[in-house]
Amino acid sequence: MSRTPFFHFLFLDMKGKPCEDHCILQHSNRICVITLAETHPILQNGRTIKCINYQISNGCSRLKNKVSGKSKRGGQFLTDFAPLCRITCTDETEYTIYSCIRGRLLEVNENILETPNLLLEKPSTEGYIAVILPKFEESKSITENLLNRDEFENIISKRSSAQSQPS
Amino acid sequence: MLPLKEKDKPIIQKLLSAGCCARCILRFCCVSVQAAYRKPPEETLEELQIFINDTKNDKCQDSVALDSTDEYKSKDAAESETSEDPPNKRAKLETSITDAQSEEGAAAVVKLKDGDSRVCVVCLGILQELCGTTQAVKITEAVKAGNYEFDTLVLSVSLPAQLCVREHSCWLHVKKEVREKGLVLNKDDVIQVKEAFKWIMQGMVAKELGGIAVVTKVSPFEVSVEFTHSETDADCHFLAATCPDCFKPTKNKQSVFTRMAVVKALEKIPDGKFLKHYPCPPKQPTSSCSPQEVQCLRVSVFVAGRYNKFCRSLPQTPWVIDGERRMESSVEELIAAPILSAFRADGFNFSSSGREDVDVRTLGNGRPFAMELLNPHKSRFSKEQMKQLQETINQSSDKIKVRDLQIVTREAMSRMKEGEEEKTKSYTALVWTQKPIQREDISFIDDIKDLTLDQKTPLRVLHRRALAVRQRAIHSMSTRFLDSHHFYLRLKTQAGTYIKEFVHGDFGRTNPNLCQLLKTDTDILELDVESVDVDWPPPVPE
Repeated sequence: MSRTPFFHFLFLDMKGKPCEDHCILQHSNRICVITLAETHPILQNGRTIKCINYQISNGCSRLKNKVSGKSKRGGQFLTDFAPLCRITCTDETEYTIYSCIRGRLLEVNENILETPNLLLEKPSTEGYIAVILPKFEESKSITENLLNRDEFENIISKRSSAQSQPS
Repeated sequence: MLPLKEKDKPIIQKLLSAGCCARCILRFCCVSVQAAYRKPPEETLEELQIFINDTKNDKCQDSVALDSTDEYKSKDAAESETSEDPPNKRAKLETSITDAQSEEGAAAVVKLKDGDSRVCVVCLGILQELCGTTQAVKITEAVKAGNYEFDTLVLSVSLPAQLCVREHSCWLHVKKEVREKGLVLNKDDVIQVKEAFKWIMQGMVAKELGGIAVVTKVSPFEVSVEFTHSETDADCHFLAATCPDCFKPTKNKQSVFTRMAVVKALEKIPDGKFLKHYPCPPKQPTSSCSPQEVQCLRVSVFVAGRYNKFCRSLPQTPWVIDGERRMESSVEELIAAPILSAFRADGFNFSSSGREDVDVRTLGNGRPFAMELLNPHKSRFSKEQMKQLQETINQSSDKIKVRDLQIVTREAMSRMKEGEEEKTKSYTALVWTQKPIQREDISFIDDIKDLTLDQKTPLRVLHRRALAVRQRAIHSMSTRFLDSHHFYLRLKTQAGTYIKEFVHGDFGRTNPNLCQLLKTDTDILELDVESVDVDWPPPVPE
């Protein structure tokens, strides 16, 4: 009844980095929730999180994002490769999570700052990264170049077989 | 006999030569006897001329006065555009001392011919042929055609703004004359064109309608008459240059020269400035005003009640995207259709004490609603008739049902909206759990009282609502076990609580939520509104 009207879209190998897969959950009202795909390195090999930083540059912190009113004025406008946050794991690996779509940033998930485990245990729900509102005219076009669930399953199965072949 | 005084004579004379009609002259003489305006204009004109010719005889005996009146006459003759022959008039005056009777008769004849054909420079024909039986019949026909139910009606008239400018000009024209006599003519004492028009028309319309009371002030049924005069619309334009702050540019294409703006500018503009930009007296128009369509409007009627919704695929309001209807019908259309046709109204505004989603039923006593019916042609309904109407609605569809249907006042709308913010509501939800459960696992929920939630605007409505955090209370809950993955959850909550989000958590944006309480993923399969705890509208006994 309630969680079903979200369509899954996937962005693979963000910025060419292998397996840094992002998942975009789009509601029938066009709003998108950005999350880690289950294949993302952060969620592999029992990694734990050291810190999550929404300060992506000297002048820009996603935490400072403030929207007001019905038209969400003031929200930072993001392009496809706008960084959302940087995550450092306890094994010193670092990952940047990107927007994946054009749109206005509505909110970033502050719950994961307090409870980083949410990101590991519930990456597709309570561990989401951000909520973005695309422009009305672009609501369909932003997902055109993304993979749907079936295409994604297809590609990741090919990945595992590629990996298992001797180089 | 017209109630005129000596001091009125110079005013009458000046306005006659300026091109004012008889009734406008009465207005400038502050005649407030309504009957005076109902006499045929030709008669009034004759009486006026008789009245002033009396003066002329008096004045001629005083040589000084004769000289001044002579000057005055010649100036008038030059100013006015009548076809009178000034030398003849003067000659007649000078020889009139003994021959008063025949002279006044002759002068009256001359004036009458001219007075009849000219359009009044002030009222532009409104108080001339435009307030006669033809107009009354036109109004009556429009009222009858509308087939309204009414006991009284109020007549309203809308006049072109330039009438104020012309009135102002004539007032200045006589102001000087009046002051010379040591008198004062306040612009406010002059009878307004609108008033005179109504004095004349009200009785006539009442008669044509066979005795319906045409009230002066307040009636729920308003008949509006509008006049336009494009020929003189430009008369107002000079005011935009002289008093620019009175005329704000309008967003829509309508003229910026509204009556209100023009009146305001005329109050501000100094006499000297006015006279520089506008002729005094005003120029003679070539045509009368054009009457527009007569509009009838009956004041809105408000109908209230409570509705139940038994369908899980019915929106509150019509669901239309890009001109295409996405779902058949709606709660408001199903309720409104029979009411609209019974009251023969042109349209409606529907509002209710809160709303439910398309897929949610409304059970119990139902949700209060109120409808404003626009321009109802029929408005008198007995309690019996309202009960009958309620029955008709209930027979028309099995998706909705209404009760306590009644006519209420406009103030009632605010009573209903009160409920939206302040009152409590009860719900039943069918909950699914991911992990298997047993009766004991959910019994603790029954003991939770006054749980405060922090709810961020749900993602499913975030596209059309502002992002905010709302604190809402769940006062009490009770559970009914169904099977290892389902149970019924009853809740009593504060108004404005998002139930669905409390159950599934909305990505953790509602805290606390049922997933956290039960330590499992949960979702909501069905939701029903059990009660909306607003004690309005008053119940109607069966």
